[in-house]
Amino acid sequence: MEELIEILKDLHSDVDFDTCTTLIDDKILDSFDIVSIVSEVNDRFDVAIPAKELVPENFNSAKALWDLITRLEED
Amino acid sequence: MRRTVLDYLDNTASRLPDKVSFRDEKTALTFGQLASQARAAGSVLLNDGICREPVAVYMSKTPQQIAAFMAALEAGCFYVPIDDEMPQMRIRLIFENLKPRAVICDESTKENAEQLANGASIFVWNEIKDASEDAEKLSEVRASMIDTDPCYIMYTSGSTGIPKGVAVCHRSLIDYIESFCDVMKFDEETVFGSQTPFYFDASLKDIYPTIKLGCETVIVPHTLFMFPIKLVEFLNEYKINTLCWVVSALTMISAFGALDEVLPKYLKIVGFGGEVFPIKQYRKWKKALPDVRYINLYGPTETTGVSMYYEVDRDFEDDDVIPLGKAFENVDIFLLDENNKLADEGEICMRGTCVTLGYYQDPERTSQAFVQNPLNDRYPEIIYRTGDIARRNDRGELVFVSRKDFQIKHMGHRVELGEIEADVNSIKGVRNSCAVYLKKKDRIELYYEGRPEEKELLSYLKEKLPRYMVPTKVHKLDRLPLTPNGKTDRKGLTAMSEGK
Repeated sequence: MEELIEILKDLHSDVDFDTCTTLIDDKILDSFDIVSIVSEVNDRFDVAIPAKELVPENFNSAKALWDLITRLEED
Repeated sequence: MRRTVLDYLDNTASRLPDKVSFRDEKTALTFGQLASQARAAGSVLLNDGICREPVAVYMSKTPQQIAAFMAALEAGCFYVPIDDEMPQMRIRLIFENLKPRAVICDESTKENAEQLANGASIFVWNEIKDASEDAEKLSEVRASMIDTDPCYIMYTSGSTGIPKGVAVCHRSLIDYIESFCDVMKFDEETVFGSQTPFYFDASLKDIYPTIKLGCETVIVPHTLFMFPIKLVEFLNEYKINTLCWVVSALTMISAFGALDEVLPKYLKIVGFGGEVFPIKQYRKWKKALPDVRYINLYGPTETTGVSMYYEVDRDFEDDDVIPLGKAFENVDIFLLDENNKLADEGEICMRGTCVTLGYYQDPERTSQAFVQNPLNDRYPEIIYRTGDIARRNDRGELVFVSRKDFQIKHMGHRVELGEIEADVNSIKGVRNSCAVYLKKKDRIELYYEGRPEEKELLSYLKEKLPRYMVPTKVHKLDRLPLTPNGKTDRKGLTAMSEGK
């Protein structure tokens, strides 16, 4: 989780990713960010996020994204 | 003879008054409504004494914004697209250059427009779109318009930090749209999915064929470009069959494997541009949708829009580049080497009606790029030097090689690294900065020396610069490294970032 927060902080150092749950709804993350996140997650966790998981719910908070990564790692 | 693009609108509105022209998720305008609202609002402008001058159209990206463009034209003016997603700072710089006396806004931009107005009249779209039409004044001004009058101004990135306003006349636009429609083979059944903001010339590819031929343009919600499957589902819901998109929007769909999950089943034509289409991604599209026509579109804002095209007609290896192809009809494209001699590899130069009027209120920068044809010393002839280097392959097609200067292509947008630096250097406490572009990762990073902390600087830049210009990372250094001749060592810094 910490490593994920680090990736996110790299994109937006001014956002509190531990608490924010409206990353998409409040337009904090945009398409540029999503592209970066998916490629960083792939590099660092060796997890490929498939297209069908690219939905707002999975990106609204660091926690949701972390849950997704964990879920994909188990598969 | 067609003199203005309003002739397209008149013609289509009388031919297909009840057909939808532009729509988004919430609203739709028929061609009849588009024309009548344009005439109504145009009458308001005229009766307010606004004529033959720029009208800033500062609205969110909606069908109504198109109607407002047409309204400005009806008043014999030229429009300047600005939207609610542009950063404040950029809008301010545009207003400083433009000095508009009239601004059309909507509810979402009204407050900002009032702050920026500086004495300009503010017109709220909903309050002028149903005004009564002053037919006499409209036809009087129409009769006085000629095809070399400006139609719009689009602002592009400039290396000094001040955006450049490319002014384009009706004749250039008509010349472009006629050739473009022929090449692409659009017709009344064409349904475009509009991706780019209206303040980029790429949007002309959807807007004007729609008005000329009676097609339909559906505005795709911006947020969908994060979620590829939802995006494809949207294309299917609205039966979108034609995309003229920047490459990064297309690769967003293919790179995530969305085409394995759901296909844009109505798709017939894909025009792509803005940057080089990575072959690997192109192949994914071709494999998933083999019957679609794929067409590479190239051309700078300064030559109206697209000036060159290549319809993919053969297979490519992974290390190949899809060619830029050949010139549109009535455009002459040639390559000049460093000595201004014709060459098989050199700077792409263009000649023809496509060459625009130049940069608005900026004679200096106009004279640098819009120059006398060095091959002709017999009569005045202005060509545009693109700053792009290309070579001719053995099939006679042009192939993109690189940029001549520090201008780069990032996420489909033209970015001057110098503009980012100029903005950073204008921040209090910053001594010097250097922006680098990492081609492999397609990202921009920034090095600087000065007081502000990295975090502070980054959040400031986010407010100031358009999103695609904001560096992914900023690095504070005690001293920027210099080359032996005392210039900032951009290459060294690039290597440093690449090594990380």
